[in-house]
Amino acid sequence: MGITLPILILTLPLFMFLLLGIGGVKMSRKVAGVLGILGMGTTMTLAYIVAFKYFFSGDPAFIIDGVRQQFQVFDVTWLAFTEKLVVNLGFLLDPISAMMLVVITTISFMVHLYSWGYMEHEGGFQRYYAFLSLFSFSMLGLVVATNIFQMYIFWELVGVSSFLLIGFFYRLPSAVSASKKAFIVTRFADLGFLLGILTLSYFTDTFNFVSMTSNPMNVLAETGGATFLGASVLTWAMVLIFTGGMGKSAMLPLHIWLPDAMEGPTPVSALIHAATMVVAGVYLVARMFPVYCVVEASMTFITVVGAITAFYAAVVACTQVDIKRVLAFSTISQIAFMMVSLGVARDYLMPGVHYSGLGYMAGMFHLFTHAMFKALLFLGAGALIHAVHSNDYTKMGGLRKYMPITHWTFLIGCLAIAGIPPFSGFFSKDEMLAAMFANSWVWGAWMTMVAGLTAFYMFRLYYLIFWWEENPEYEHHKPHDAPWQMSLPLIILAAVSCVAGFIPFGELVTWNGEPYHIHLEAPVAATSIIVAVAAIALATVMYRKKNPLPTKFKNALPGLWKAAHHRFYWDEIYLFITRNIIFGIICQAIAWFDRHVIDATMDAFAKVTQKVSFSIRGFQSGNVQTYVLWYFFGALALAAITWICLL
Amino acid sequence: MDYSQFGAMLPELIILGIFLLVFLADTFSADNGRKSFLTPFTTLLFLLGTVAIWIVPSCGDAVFGGMYVDNAASKAMKCILNVGVFICMLQANKWVESEVMAFRKGEFYELILVTLFGMYLMISARHFLLFIIGLESASLPIAALVAYNKHKYESHEAAIKYILTAVFSSGILLTGLSFVYAFSGGSLYFSDIAAQITEGSMSGLLLCALAFVLAGIGFKLSLVPFHLWTGDVYQGAPTAITAYLSVVSKGAAAFAFFIIFVQVFGQVYSAAWEWMLYAVIIATITIGNLFAMRQKNMKRFMAFSSVSQAGYIMLGAMAADQLGLASMMFYIFVYVVSNLGAFAVISSIEDRTGLVSMDDYRGLHKTNPYLAVAMTLAMFSLAGIPPFAGFFSKILIFTSVTGSNSMALYMLVLIALINTIISLYYYLLVVKAMWISPEEPKIAAFKSGKCEKVALTLCVLGIVFMGLVSYVYQYCVDSVGQSFFLALN
Repeated sequence: MGITLPILILTLPLFMFLLLGIGGVKMSRKVAGVLGILGMGTTMTLAYIVAFKYFFSGDPAFIIDGVRQQFQVFDVTWLAFTEKLVVNLGFLLDPISAMMLVVITTISFMVHLYSWGYMEHEGGFQRYYAFLSLFSFSMLGLVVATNIFQMYIFWELVGVSSFLLIGFFYRLPSAVSASKKAFIVTRFADLGFLLGILTLSYFTDTFNFVSMTSNPMNVLAETGGATFLGASVLTWAMVLIFTGGMGKSAMLPLHIWLPDAMEGPTPVSALIHAATMVVAGVYLVARMFPVYCVVEASMTFITVVGAITAFYAAVVACTQVDIKRVLAFSTISQIAFMMVSLGVARDYLMPGVHYSGLGYMAGMFHLFTHAMFKALLFLGAGALIHAVHSNDYTKMGGLRKYMPITHWTFLIGCLAIAGIPPFSGFFSKDEMLAAMFANSWVWGAWMTMVAGLTAFYMFRLYYLIFWWEENPEYEHHKPHDAPWQMSLPLIILAAVSCVAGFIPFGELVTWNGEPYHIHLEAPVAATSIIVAVAAIALATVMYRKKNPLPTKFKNALPGLWKAAHHRFYWDEIYLFITRNIIFGIICQAIAWFDRHVIDATMDAFAKVTQKVSFSIRGFQSGNVQTYVLWYFFGALALAAITWICLL
Repeated sequence: MDYSQFGAMLPELIILGIFLLVFLADTFSADNGRKSFLTPFTTLLFLLGTVAIWIVPSCGDAVFGGMYVDNAASKAMKCILNVGVFICMLQANKWVESEVMAFRKGEFYELILVTLFGMYLMISARHFLLFIIGLESASLPIAALVAYNKHKYESHEAAIKYILTAVFSSGILLTGLSFVYAFSGGSLYFSDIAAQITEGSMSGLLLCALAFVLAGIGFKLSLVPFHLWTGDVYQGAPTAITAYLSVVSKGAAAFAFFIIFVQVFGQVYSAAWEWMLYAVIIATITIGNLFAMRQKNMKRFMAFSSVSQAGYIMLGAMAADQLGLASMMFYIFVYVVSNLGAFAVISSIEDRTGLVSMDDYRGLHKTNPYLAVAMTLAMFSLAGIPPFAGFFSKILIFTSVTGSNSMALYMLVLIALINTIISLYYYLLVVKAMWISPEEPKIAAFKSGKCEKVALTLCVLGIVFMGLVSYVYQYCVDSVGQSFFLALN
């Protein structure tokens, strides 16, 4: 494969960012919108071509004897600090990066199109499209990175574009503080990521993914037996790298930024905070998967973090009022699902066992299907918000009659996420649960429970929006379906969510490139369907029509409900730690030290510098004879001083 | 005599050809003193010449019995100088077309081209006689250029100061070279001298000779304490000439310095001139900074800033190896675009309003936002703030010095780093004046000319992208690797 297409995939969004960012002021909304959509559409086409060639062309660069290869389209030296410390920039094609190219460009294109309708009346329309292009560029750069340092650079770039887009309504104080929160929390996590990269590369002398993952035992050997605080250095490195993923993918306890990030425009939530950027953590683990495999402890860590997060987020999602927050917690829970799926996948630990690496395939499959139906749900939520001008379900109810397209597509999204066949979520979730049961029945049972909760809260949301009781305000302001730019993406994504489950995913994306033939595990599938149907039935009883049941439940367990509604007080805990302990006690002392010791020293330096600078001004007298004299004696003095030094 | 040897001197011949064409055009064209075709003619011709020099591969051979060498490294150096000259020509456009310059614009271009020719010889010379010819033809015409503003007292004063110091420095340089001649047993070829001067031949006289040669070239680079002319001359000269002096002339001298000291005196590096240069670099960076802090006149400010920058450039010579030369070339290239970016703003403001004080720049962003942004970027790049080119050039030149793992060199880099912080203070003073000071702007909004815009755009693009695009640095490394140390002896 030539390098033209891959280069274009990266440079086109960057070019659109520059074009719309610099020239956008002078463009009309229409021109900017059409340019943005066309640019993304072209990128999407190119990405499809590249992915298609990768998966189906049979080129020996991509597939040898049925085993898919990792192929570096190009990998050029960018910064060579020393002989070993070299940072490259390149384009890596392998099953997951090719899949991500498709996911990112598809969702991004849908969001570009959708935003044309959604953002029509907002200020800064051109700036918005510029930021979207910047995000697409950074995310594409992240997934095709050939080395972990390049990934880190783009990792930060997606962080920046996420910051810019969350704070897009910069006149709203809540949006500003949400963007700051998102940036600070993820940045804090990235510190761990950077430390992990440095630790790992110190031992392996390379940043390159292919050389690290193709021979993970070598990586283990290179770190030797070095240990630190009871764990091997490699474990530390891999856990630290995972910390970065925990920040971006909103794992407990670094999840607090994601619900607040919903302050951004809804299409942005669909693109960044549901489908692409938040799965970067999952992608990172998948990218480094063979290395994680050789460190059992780090895999257990990933599994435990994921399992706790999945359950926690699912419980919280049952009690939220803001529909976008429900979806946000649902996203956290689903990403944690993928994490657990990766965490339970073992290969080196269970050589020869049929299930080796199934969790990897299933996690990636769910990443794909989830991106589609969660983007669909978010865009549907956007259409609802667009129609009733509120995020609260209390302002909605009975909307099925007024907004049929939104209603049907939203329902498809809910069925997909709940895991009802034949919608896509069923297939990927079934594979994940099978992988978990294969590892241990504990994880299987636990995550089946989470799947049940998922079905419950999604249908709670669905009924509260579309059934329950009509809001009397509809009389003054009749809600209606969104314009075609917004409805079309809904319909397309709904169609994808209906059929995506039938993609033979195991033939395309597996951890080692060898095909895996998917077949349904009847007992697992049956259990998960029964649980899901039961949960939906419960939701139907409780929320289909207005009735006092929910209030009764709420009053029966007041403490639990309140705690869940307040997200188990994580934000309050963070606030207490930062405000009272860090700012109140530690920072006071540091501030004193800073003012009286550091500042004073610096002031003294500055004063001395100024004084010296003032006192030598006579040197520059303006008198040319003096200049020449200095010149001559300067040269002589130079010789003399060197002479003395050498003696 | 084998006349085909002249074929190796292609860059020089091209510059000479352009000079002659401009000279003829200037002499025979019916110049009515107003708009003329001379300016676009020269600029375009020069652009074509630059491209030709860049494209035609160098032969890599020594010709004229080894007096002259043309290789990939010298070609890259010449191209860097040409970029500087081209930007200078563009930004001088407005001044050249002004009333005072009527009937004299041809001379301006001719003198510039002659000095450039001299600089080419300085870079390619492998014999001290040829080097001196180059040095002098790069020095003396500048005095005429400095005195170009006939009706200004300061311009004359600057020219007198320049010529007196230049003559004196030539004297010192020639004295030093005559000592060297004595050591080499009667040859002025670089290779002969390099073979003769070894650590065994160390003596007080040789040290004296080295110090004198350093002083002679240090004059053009304005290294401390040979820099005293800089402030007065930069301030008095027309701004276009100041820009030219501060980048092109300085760049050529730095290249020549590296070639002479590493090639001719390379054997006595650690024995003698390492410590000489060490002291000079520290003095240059520090004193340049200390003076720059107090300047209010922008041109004088840039003068001392350039003194301090020369110290950083010399760090490449301190490394005295392949990477040192490559990072020095890169540093100079970045310095060319950053400094010329600043001068483009200064000169366009001076041409319109006659204002050159830093205080006059207050609130500039309200009236001329593009100029303010360009100036800010130039200041950031000069101060070495990431991600602009200046950051990368500083980091690369620092790494090249610390390559040899010597404690003393680490100390040098530390001192240079501390000075970078001091320099941040005065570079940011300009930024502060333009963006933060609350006073009403003194400079009214004005439109820049096309050529000025092009020049400024080139500089800004260079500042933003040169560091991020590793190709430029790689080009420097490759060109040095290909040729320099092969053709060295």
